[in-house]
Amino acid sequence: MSVLVSSKINGDDIEFVCEPDETLLDALRDRVGLTGVKEGCGTGDCGACSITLDGALVCSCLVLGAEAEGRKIETVEGMADGDKLHPLQQKFLEHAALQCGICTPGFLVASKTLLEKNPDPTEEEVRYALAGNLCRCTGYDKIVRAVLDAAKQMRKTAKKGKTNG
Amino acid sequence: MTARARTVHLWGGLRPAADGAESVELHAGTIRELMRVLCEQYPKLEPFVDEGIAVSVNGTIYRDDWSQVLPVDAEIYLLPRIEGG
Amino acid sequence: MGKDTTFKARNFNSVGTRPLRPDGIDKVTGRARYGADFSMPGQLQGCILRSPHAHASIKSIDTSKAEKLKGVKAVVTRKDFITKDADPALLTVLDNCMAGKTAFYDGHAVAAVAAIDAKTAKKALQLIKVEYKVLKHVTDVDEAIKPKAPLIDKKCFTSGVDPKPSKASNIAARSEFGHGDVDKGFEKADVIIERNYKTGQSHQGYIEPHACVASYSPDGTADMWVCTQGHFDFRAQCAGILGMDASKLRVTSSEIGGGFGGKTHLWIEPVTLALSRKANRPVKLVMTRDEVFRASGPTSATSIDVKMGVTKDGTITAAEAELRYTSGPYAGSWARLGAMTAFACYDLDHVKTVGLEVLVNRPKTTAYRAPSAPMAAFAVESMVDELAEHIGMSAVDLRIKNAAKEGTRASYGPVYGPIGIGPTLEAAKNHPHMKVKLGKNQSRGMACGFWFNFGGQSCTDLNIGPDGSATITVGTIDVGGARASLALVVAEELGIPYERVKAVIADTGSLGHNDMTDGSRGTFASSLSAIDSCRMAIAELRNRAAQIWEIDADDVIWENGEAKAISKGAAGNSNREPLSLANLAQSAHKTGGPISGHSQIVADGAGVSFATHICDVEVDKETGQTSIVRYTVIQDAGKAVHPTYVEGQFQGGAAQGIGWALNEEYIYGDDGRLQNPGFLDYRIPVCSDLPMIDTQILEIPNPNHPYGVRGVGETSIVPPLAAIGNAISNAIGVRMTQVPMSPPRILAALNQE
Repeated sequence: MSVLVSSKINGDDIEFVCEPDETLLDALRDRVGLTGVKEGCGTGDCGACSITLDGALVCSCLVLGAEAEGRKIETVEGMADGDKLHPLQQKFLEHAALQCGICTPGFLVASKTLLEKNPDPTEEEVRYALAGNLCRCTGYDKIVRAVLDAAKQMRKTAKKGKTNG
Repeated sequence: MTARARTVHLWGGLRPAADGAESVELHAGTIRELMRVLCEQYPKLEPFVDEGIAVSVNGTIYRDDWSQVLPVDAEIYLLPRIEGG
Repeated sequence: MGKDTTFKARNFNSVGTRPLRPDGIDKVTGRARYGADFSMPGQLQGCILRSPHAHASIKSIDTSKAEKLKGVKAVVTRKDFITKDADPALLTVLDNCMAGKTAFYDGHAVAAVAAIDAKTAKKALQLIKVEYKVLKHVTDVDEAIKPKAPLIDKKCFTSGVDPKPSKASNIAARSEFGHGDVDKGFEKADVIIERNYKTGQSHQGYIEPHACVASYSPDGTADMWVCTQGHFDFRAQCAGILGMDASKLRVTSSEIGGGFGGKTHLWIEPVTLALSRKANRPVKLVMTRDEVFRASGPTSATSIDVKMGVTKDGTITAAEAELRYTSGPYAGSWARLGAMTAFACYDLDHVKTVGLEVLVNRPKTTAYRAPSAPMAAFAVESMVDELAEHIGMSAVDLRIKNAAKEGTRASYGPVYGPIGIGPTLEAAKNHPHMKVKLGKNQSRGMACGFWFNFGGQSCTDLNIGPDGSATITVGTIDVGGARASLALVVAEELGIPYERVKAVIADTGSLGHNDMTDGSRGTFASSLSAIDSCRMAIAELRNRAAQIWEIDADDVIWENGEAKAISKGAAGNSNREPLSLANLAQSAHKTGGPISGHSQIVADGAGVSFATHICDVEVDKETGQTSIVRYTVIQDAGKAVHPTYVEGQFQGGAAQGIGWALNEEYIYGDDGRLQNPGFLDYRIPVCSDLPMIDTQILEIPNPNHPYGVRGVGETSIVPPLAAIGNAISNAIGVRMTQVPMSPPRILAALNQE
C-alpha cells in the first residue's frame, strides 16, 4: 500500500515511505522529521506549510507526499548556511518580524521565493507576494520592513560579489 | 475589634444582596478583614466573595492580595474579579 | 505581598533597549517546538467526534463497532469521566470538552478515539453511532432573550437579580454599574441620541491549532505537552477533571503559536489524558482548523443599546447602555466586562450600564484580547462621534473635553489614579497623521479604548551560574517576546549584559503556581517577580562579598554588576577591589554554595491602560469595499521594557481589530451550523489588506511597579472597530451601526440613504 519516495530535501537525498493519500506536509513532518513546516489550516489558506517544490512556492498541505518523487524540496530548515543565517532570517530577527513565530517558517520561504524572482520589490509587491501567508500577531508591518531591508542587503552583497568576481 | 469604620462602595450587582445599599459601613483594616466582616454582616454576599471580588483601593485594583492594608480615608470600591485575554 | 513595588524614577541601562530576542534563532530556523511538534515513543493518534447539530439531546452512543476496529486502542465518552462530587465549575469545563446529555452547539465533542494512526482513528469515528434528538436552537443574541426562545438550560435563572426570577430564561446574569442619576443628566442635555449597535462573533484566529500529547502512566502519574497560555491552570483543571493530584500531572508548555485569550481554556486536553489513561499509551491530539472554529471559544456576538446626552458646548451630561453578550451555552462574565469598560474613558456625572449574559447555541465564549471591551467601545465611540457632529464640535475636542483624568470617578466605580487617556488624546490631536491631506473617497476616523490589565500569582527563580551568568526561570508563558523583556529586567537589576541572562519557562513541576498569561499580565507580573528574585540574590551576593572582605553586609553595596565595600572593616584593609558577579560566582563554593534568588508574589496594582487610534479609509461606493489607507496607534505603556515588542503588540491588536471591523464574523445557517469554519471564508487580514501601522508609545509610569510598567497586550484591539466605523461613516455619510462593516453591509447602508 505505502509508497517509497526519493527526493532531494534541503540538498540531501532523502527516502521516505508514505501512504498514497498522505499530504507532503504530513510526510515532511511525521516521516522526515521536518517539523519546521507548520500546519495552520490544512486547506491551503494560511501558508504556514509553505515550501518550494522544484523552486515553486507551494502549500505542502495541498501536495501529496508521493508527488515529491524525484523532485527538489526546500524548507525553512534548509535556509541557513550552517551557522550563518540567511539575510531574511537575520532581518526577521532584527526587525522583530515575529511574535509567536508559528507563521515565520512559511513567511521566510515565501519571502525567499519572492526575492529570487524580484530582488528589488516595492512595498506593495512584497504585500501581494506574501498575501498567501497569514500572521495574526504582527499586523505585518515589521514583516514587510524586514523583507524590504533583507532585499536591500542582498542586492548590496550581490553587487559586491559581481565587482569582486 | 479595633479597626475603624469605613465606607465600602458596592458595584450594582452586589447591591441586591446588601438590601439595596450603594455602600456599607464596616470595621476592617485589611482586605481579608473586609471580606470576613462583609460575609458576617451580609451572608447573601458570600457567594459573590467565593466567586471572586476585587477591591479597588484609591483606584488601584487588588484582585488577589488580601493582605493589603486599607489606608485611612482610602476610597474602597468592590468590583467583580475580571478576566483577560 | 508586602514587597515595595512603588515606582521610582531612574535611568536605565538595559530596560528600554531593543536587543534580539533570545528565542529568535530557533523560530527563524524551524527548530522551535510548538504543540504539534512533539512526539512520544509508542504514541497513538487521537480524534474527536463532534455534534453536527446546534442543539440536540444525546439519547445513546454506541461505540462497540469502533472499539472492534483493528488498531483502535481506546474510545471515550462522557462516561469515562468521573463526575460524582466534582466541582460544579470543573463540570462545566468538562461538559464543554465532552458533552453529557446534551450537545449544545455544532461542533460539541461527543466521543473520542485513540488509534495507531490518524487514518484508523478517523475511520473509527465513523463507526460510532450517536442517537440524537434534535432540539430547537437559537444563535442570535436578541432572539435568545425573547420569552418564547428555546431554553438552553432549564435551570438558568438570571443571577444578579433580587428576588431570584421564578422562570428560567437564557439570560444567565445581569450586572449593573454606574453612579449619579441618568434621568437628571439627560434633562440637562441639548442633544440626546439613542441607537442600537451590533457586533459579529469573531475568533482569536491564532495560526496554531490546539495540540497536546498526554501520557498517563498506570502508577497514576501523567505528563502532558501542550500549547497553552497557562500550563499551571491547565494542570489544575485537568487533574481535577481526571481525579488526580495536581502534583502528579506534570505539564510542559510548548512554544505557543498565538493565543490572544483562546488558549486560556481547556478544549482537548482532558480528553487526550482520558484516552491515554484508557489506552495505557501516550496520545497526541491536534485540532483541525475546522474544529478550532467550531469548537474552541470565539468572543461574544453582541447587541448594545446606547443613549447619550450632550450640551451645546460639549459636556456629556449622561450616558446609559444595555449590553447583551452571547456567552455560548454556559454562563460567563462577558457582558459584565462590556458594562464595566463601556464609558471608562469619560468623566461622567451620570452614567449607568447594564450587562446581560445570554446563552445561545454557539461554542463557549472565551476571552479574546481585552475581552468584551472592543464591542462596547464600538457602540460608545461611534455615538461620541455622532454627538460631536450634532453640536458642531470636532471629534477629538469633544473627547478631550470629557476625558477622564486623575480623580475622576470611573464609570465602573472607583476613582482613577494617574491615567493616560488625556495624554493619548492630546498626542492624537497633535499627531502629524491628523494633518495629512485626504484623497478622493477617503475619510478619517478616531476612537479611544480602555482596558484594565491585571497581575496575579507569579513565581520565579533566579540562579547565578558558576561563571556569573544568570538564568531567570518563570512559570508564565511567553506568548510574544516576554523572555526578551524578562532578560532585560534581570540584566538591569544585576547590572550585567543582556547576553549573559537566559530566560526559561519552567514546567509545572519546577516552580510554584503561576497564573496564565492573560490580562496583559505577562511582563508586568513576571517582571515584578523577577525584580524581587534579583533583589534577593543581590542581598546574598552582598553577604558573600562581606564574608570575603570580613566586613558587615551592610557595608557592601551592589552597583553596576559589582559588590563594593563602603567601609574598611575589621581587617582595616582599605584596598578592596570591587567583586564582580563572576568573581563571587566562582568563589561561591567557599562562601556558602550556589547563589540564587526566589520570589513568590501576587502582583496586584497593574495600571489601567488607554489608547487612541486614528485611521484613514478609502471606501469604494460601487462595491462597498473599504481599504485602510493610514493607521496610527497611540497608547500608554507605563514603561516600555522592550519598545520593539511593545510596538508589535500595538500593531497586532490594531490588525485584529481591523479584521473584526471589516470582515471577520461567524455566520450561522438556519440550521444553526457554522457556515464559515475556515480561513477562506472567515477571512482575517492578509498582508496586502493593510498599510504600515504607525505607533506612538507614551510612558505615564504605573505608580505600582518599580519601573512604571503597565500591561500593553490588550488595549490596542479596543479602539479599531469604532475608529474604522467612524472613518467609514464620515466617508459615506451614513452611520454604520453593525460590525463587521463588510461590503454588502456598506452597500446596504448606502442604498438605504
